[in-house]
Amino acid sequence: MSEQSKEVAKSSHTSGAEHVYDGGLNVVHQDAVKDPGIEPHRVRMTDKSKKHEKAAVRQVVLLFTLSMLGSAFALYAYFAFPLSADLITVRNNTLFLGVGITLGLLGIGIGAVHWAKTLMPDNEVAEDRHPIRSSEDKRAAAIEIINLANQESGFSRRKLIRRTLYGALALFPLPGIIIFADLGPNPGDKLRHTAWKPGTRLTQDPFGTPIKASELTEGSVFHVIPEGLNPDQEDYLEQKSKAAVLLVRVDPQILKESPEKKDWSYQGIVAYSKICTHVGCPVALYEQVTHHLLCPCHQSTFDLVDGCKVIFGPASRPLPQLPIYVDEQGYLRAQSDFLEPVGPSFWDRSVKA
Amino acid sequence: MSNTATAKKKNGFLAGTANYVDERVGVAGVLKEFGRKIFPDHWSFMLGEVALYSFLVLLLSGTFLTFFFQPSMTDVIYNGVYAPLKGAHMSIAYASSLDISFEVRGGLLMRQVHHWSALLFVAAAGLHMLRVFFTGAFRKPRELNWVVGFVLFVLGMAAGFTGYSLPDDLLSGNGLRIIDGMIKGVPFIGTWISSLLFGGEFPGHSIVGRLYSLHIMLVPALILVFLAIHLVMLVLHKHTHYSAAGRKDSNIVGYPLMPVYVAKAGGFFFIVFGVIMLIASFFTINPIWNYGGYDPSPVSAGTQPDWYIGWLDGALRLAPSHLEFMAGNVTVSMNILLPLIISLVFLALVALYPFFENWVTGDKREHHVLDRPRNAPVRTAIGAAGVTFYAVLWAGASTDLIATNFKMSLNQVLLTMQVSLIILPIVAFVVTKRICLALQRKDQEIALHGRESGRIVRLPHGEYIEVHEAANEYDLFKLVDYKDYQPTLARPNAQGKITIRARMRAAASSFYFKDSVSPTTQTAIEANAHHAHEIEEQVQKAIENQK
Ligand code: HEM
Ligand code: FES
Repeated sequence: MSEQSKEVAKSSHTSGAEHVYDGGLNVVHQDAVKDPGIEPHRVRMTDKSKKHEKAAVRQVVLLFTLSMLGSAFALYAYFAFPLSADLITVRNNTLFLGVGITLGLLGIGIGAVHWAKTLMPDNEVAEDRHPIRSSEDKRAAAIEIINLANQESGFSRRKLIRRTLYGALALFPLPGIIIFADLGPNPGDKLRHTAWKPGTRLTQDPFGTPIKASELTEGSVFHVIPEGLNPDQEDYLEQKSKAAVLLVRVDPQILKESPEKKDWSYQGIVAYSKICTHVGCPVALYEQVTHHLLCPCHQSTFDLVDGCKVIFGPASRPLPQLPIYVDEQGYLRAQSDFLEPVGPSFWDRSVKA
Repeated sequence: MSNTATAKKKNGFLAGTANYVDERVGVAGVLKEFGRKIFPDHWSFMLGEVALYSFLVLLLSGTFLTFFFQPSMTDVIYNGVYAPLKGAHMSIAYASSLDISFEVRGGLLMRQVHHWSALLFVAAAGLHMLRVFFTGAFRKPRELNWVVGFVLFVLGMAAGFTGYSLPDDLLSGNGLRIIDGMIKGVPFIGTWISSLLFGGEFPGHSIVGRLYSLHIMLVPALILVFLAIHLVMLVLHKHTHYSAAGRKDSNIVGYPLMPVYVAKAGGFFFIVFGVIMLIASFFTINPIWNYGGYDPSPVSAGTQPDWYIGWLDGALRLAPSHLEFMAGNVTVSMNILLPLIISLVFLALVALYPFFENWVTGDKREHHVLDRPRNAPVRTAIGAAGVTFYAVLWAGASTDLIATNFKMSLNQVLLTMQVSLIILPIVAFVVTKRICLALQRKDQEIALHGRESGRIVRLPHGEYIEVHEAANEYDLFKLVDYKDYQPTLARPNAQGKITIRARMRAAASSFYFKDSVSPTTQTAIEANAHHAHEIEEQVQKAIENQK
């Protein structure tokens, strides 16, 4: 950069009070390289030679013809590849119908672009831009209109009208908002209760077969729902979303149980909520060797033998444990519902209702 | 009447139709106004077009789907042709999606066209946004159109998410479950909002129907409205053009709308549609029949959301453990709120960037010539940092896949990602800025000394030099045509006080422009030409001697 132009830069950027200049911090160099103007148009083969021009015409015609053939083939394919219970027919229908339509579309598209590129004039043209800002007299006229409207309506003058109008405008949308309140009921204490009751038998998901403690060998895992929950009931999914449980048997020696939860398990059989305490995915993966439960959604990992506390991932709370016992026939039953809300945290989960 | 008749006879069908239409709606004036409007041409201007056309394809394929899809969560027992699910309980929505796939000819094709074009729509809009950012097309007078475009991008994600949730398969239900969990984590109103959204407890029987209203009516209508505003503003502002000889802030250089641009753009619509159709014919997307209907209990490992949701999912995953805490007896789920806040702040920064840059440069003029990214090194570096931040969040949604594929522990991958989220954008900033400055210096080199020709000549006194060829005037102009900004000092105001605002602006301007490379001037080029001429003479002599 030349010394001379550097001076221009300096002088407008150092001392002195702020001066207003539209270009802000932009420095204009007096000796900038001159704009040579639009580069002359390069002549194409199709401009120069009749032969190339004819070839281009033929190519465009060919592409448009190909398009017609493609669309016709798509019509044929619609009937020629019907659907049946055999999934191959689904693939064929999709494939051949799709390829036909594709040809129909690409023929037109590529043809048109080719036409434009080879046969339509390709010299660039310049046109002036006009400032976006309206001209001064237009702006003056607009202000005039606003002032007149203000005068005629007395909008500025009649304060009380104006203020009550604001008030009315502020209130009128409220009914429009409140009518949405019936979208859903008061959440109430539903989040705090599940389908587990004292004595509910643990059954297998999804068929509802009751589970005997003796069926669980060490290391085995059962996906569990409460007895009586069945797909025909109206709220099946809502109940299942809260009540799903994972049942695992481990060596009782390695279970670290806090004193108050001592009798929540049975001979190494523990039942934990399957609903992740992060944002609620089912914690469905059990690693036998490490005794870890893993949530596939964001990889929160819970240590089954240590009260299912979080050892990895974004979850913050242990999975809630379901206290269980075994009845006279050897079936596993819940001692009670979960003693805390299951699933994702919500702000008042620890507030006693 | 006689006019009509003669027009028909003279020029045949085209003129006849034109005449018929004009005598009824008087559109000749519109055509006169817009028919030869100039549109600049560049491959990067097609990104926005791709987004527009994939939206049209979404409208077409989506309308077809509405004729068969039933947005009901009522439980049915499946009795369609897909054997593995025969007898299974499922929602009508899921059953009708299976029927579209297996029992409507072209149904699977249209589902795949719809889903692929959705992916393309958001991708093209995102790339288009990056083009606008890196070329400075958002500068005055286009700041508001940047905001409109930003809204379109967010609406695109909303359209995608609401659509993804409609078929009520295992994956889409699981996505909703995650949304429900996030909403519940919001203090005070979370449980209420969840109950309102789902019509009671999750999943309830309402959500698919509600999302359907949003997906086929509200969101597309909003997209259409914002698209209309976007395009009207485009016509009003006229398109920008890249810096080159003859292109100024006061003119527009390109091809006339009719016929060249209409043929190219119209043809391009068919090409975009055709390419989507081709992909949809050959590649399965969202094979919902493999997943089964929604059930809150099972889930498979390694499932991924659609790509445009990935960054949000990644943000959730990268939150460190145990962020949740109690404030009194209120549970504050920072593990959910933090990612939420970070995502929203990121979006807000994107939306507001043009206003920030304008505050720094203080440039109140209209800008219609695009910047080459290198000529705005700090902006380009900020963009690179933003892209990197987004990319790390996005990669964060695949921590499990990365861990299993590269045989690393999940813990290592997560920690790497968390650190990367903070470090990599900074690295990207520094590296990008350096690259831009280096490229600017290289341009300066070429402007002053010409291009390296690869021809080595030995001078009489034994020195070897490479002959440089001066750039032609058109190429030269491209190298030097950019605006030079210089930092400002914090200046006192009328009361003689230096405000905090002024100090901040001075700091920001220094951050942006302190190492800027000014464009090469004519004076510098001439001074150099003299020197170059001397060398040239020596070279000529050397060549003669060799002969
Ligand atoms: C504006 C952008 C739009 C996006 C990004 C979008 C995205 C999606 C996605 C990702 C799906 C899931 C597809 C699948 O089953 O794999 C979907 C489904 C659906 N969309 Fe859209 N869509 C858009 C606009 C529309 C419009 C305008 C309509 C209707 C006029 C529509 C109607 C439907 C219907 C009926 C379904 C469910 C069909 C099924 O899953 O089988 N969409 N949409
Ligand atoms: S839902 Fe389990 S980790 Fe996020």
